[in-house]
Amino acid sequence: MFELLGIPPQALFGQLLLGLINGSFYAILSLGLAIIFGLLNIINFTHGAQYMMGAFVAWMLLNYLGVPYWGALLIAPVVVGATGIVLERLLISRLYHLDHLYGLLLTFGLALVITGLFRNYYGISGLPYGIPAQLSGGQNLGFMFLPNYRGWVVIASLVVCISTWFIIEKTKLGAYLRAATENPTMVGAFGINVPRLITLTYGFGVGLAAFAGVLAAPIYSVNPNMGADLIIVVFAVVVIGGMGSILGSIVTGFGLGLIEGLTRVFYPEGSAVVIFVIMAIVLLVKPAGLFGRTA
Amino acid sequence: MSVATESGSTNLAAAQDTHTVGMPTHHKVIFVALLVAGLVAPYLLYPVFVMKVLCFALFACAFNLLLGFGGLLSFGHAAYFGSAAYVSAHAAKIWGFTPELAIVSGTICAAVLGLVFGSLAIRRQGIYFAMVTLAFAQMVFFFSLQAPFTGGEDGIQSVPRGALFGLIDMYPDRNLYFVVLAIVFFGLLAIYRIIHSPFGQVLKGIRDNEARMTSLGYRVNRYKLAVFVLSATLAGLAGATKAIVFQLASLTDVYWTMSGEVVLMTLLGGMGTVFGPIVGAAIIVSLQNYLATFGDWVTITQGVIFVIAVMLFREGIVGVIAKWIRKPL
Repeated sequence: MFELLGIPPQALFGQLLLGLINGSFYAILSLGLAIIFGLLNIINFTHGAQYMMGAFVAWMLLNYLGVPYWGALLIAPVVVGATGIVLERLLISRLYHLDHLYGLLLTFGLALVITGLFRNYYGISGLPYGIPAQLSGGQNLGFMFLPNYRGWVVIASLVVCISTWFIIEKTKLGAYLRAATENPTMVGAFGINVPRLITLTYGFGVGLAAFAGVLAAPIYSVNPNMGADLIIVVFAVVVIGGMGSILGSIVTGFGLGLIEGLTRVFYPEGSAVVIFVIMAIVLLVKPAGLFGRTA
Repeated sequence: MSVATESGSTNLAAAQDTHTVGMPTHHKVIFVALLVAGLVAPYLLYPVFVMKVLCFALFACAFNLLLGFGGLLSFGHAAYFGSAAYVSAHAAKIWGFTPELAIVSGTICAAVLGLVFGSLAIRRQGIYFAMVTLAFAQMVFFFSLQAPFTGGEDGIQSVPRGALFGLIDMYPDRNLYFVVLAIVFFGLLAIYRIIHSPFGQVLKGIRDNEARMTSLGYRVNRYKLAVFVLSATLAGLAGATKAIVFQLASLTDVYWTMSGEVVLMTLLGGMGTVFGPIVGAAIIVSLQNYLATFGDWVTITQGVIFVIAVMLFREGIVGVIAKWIRKPL
């Protein structure tokens, strides 16, 4: 057995893979936050709860209706996205004329309600969700053992992130979206239904969070608290990357996941706070964030 | 000589006139009423419960100083409240400090932490400011989870209440109660003084129009940092006192739910009002006590109150009353 800096390669690559997986979730969630913030000008505090809902809907589909993983991967984001659209129409849309901070407070309250309800009915011990049969087992890559499901999570997240980037940067719908982010009044004057665009954008961002939740379900147990701490880390990721650029969110998400994984190998005690420390350094050096536009 | 004294005394009279404008009569009445209520309360209610309300009232007022008057939404005030609680508990239990010294050391810790985090956080505005403060608070939470002296999941338990100045035994609830009342009342008056000082006026100017204050030549960031540190310090005073009252400092004190609770108290009572956060704190603490046996329904109820407060009455309870009687409260 050869060793790298005194660390067995199995442990090193294992942690890097775990970092990459966490990074996938950071990337998808911060991407959703950035898209929502771009158009709605609110920080969606409910994002963590909606990620959790994605995992729970997948669990419910399997246990109550017998819908397997692959179905859940499509259905759960649509279902959770639809609940997001209802929330946006009923509550969030009434706050657009106010200070952005009220949006943050409202979505924080909603997150408390949703998390509390799930805790009340399902407890906090966590529910198991099996890995789909097609993706069980793993590959021996020589230097490490790669569980198939974990490889799938990284690939699926990359595909989703890049598709989202493609939709926003390269399609007509994305052009409307970017234009509405810059100047909603002008886009409205051109005959685009901006309020509907806003609603759909919120639903899409929420759907992304739910998709991440379904991906996470077989790795972590399905737990009402699974989104609560994650969302705060994602906030730090968003501060580090800045919300100006889609690709920036993706790169920052995966990069920070890897750094976290490396920290877990070399200095385990620091792994929980390393992202916050990086945030402090970024604030000192480049307050607008790595990919942020200076307002 | 006599002429000089005479002109001096008229100046003094004029000065006194402007000072009566400074503290309106109805504010004086409310302060006296609060003091009377505070003195009577331990004979009518369970003293530990009232002390909890007092500590959270100070915490919420300190938070409101930052949000309501500085216009800065910190989503991480648990960091200052909780770290002060830990330091105060550690000082009293391990170092054998008397309670007043333990509380002072906790408060100093919160002030230093506020200075460090504040100077970083004020580099971003609005929503980013909220996220940055929340992230720093989470960092303090993880630190508290792992640090050797915090006792991890157990927290620091059975903290001695000790004897005030080494003389007065603090174990009887009534003895401790009046000390806590004095601390909290001092804190409230300090906040009132800050709000109504020239410094407070500049703060309100920054809150309402930061660009204008910059163009008027104010170093806006210094004012923001100053109010951040003041708010963190007073939040720390509340946390340090709480640790002595409950003889406990735990992870709950530094968790983000605590930051959310103080936002809720301020929002419900009325942000930007002097007395609102006290009302908000009393309501939320009573609610927690009442619903304690229902587990998760505390969280759900708090969430629902959040939503209702944001959607329907953003001025808060005291803000609505102030509108009715057309006087600032």
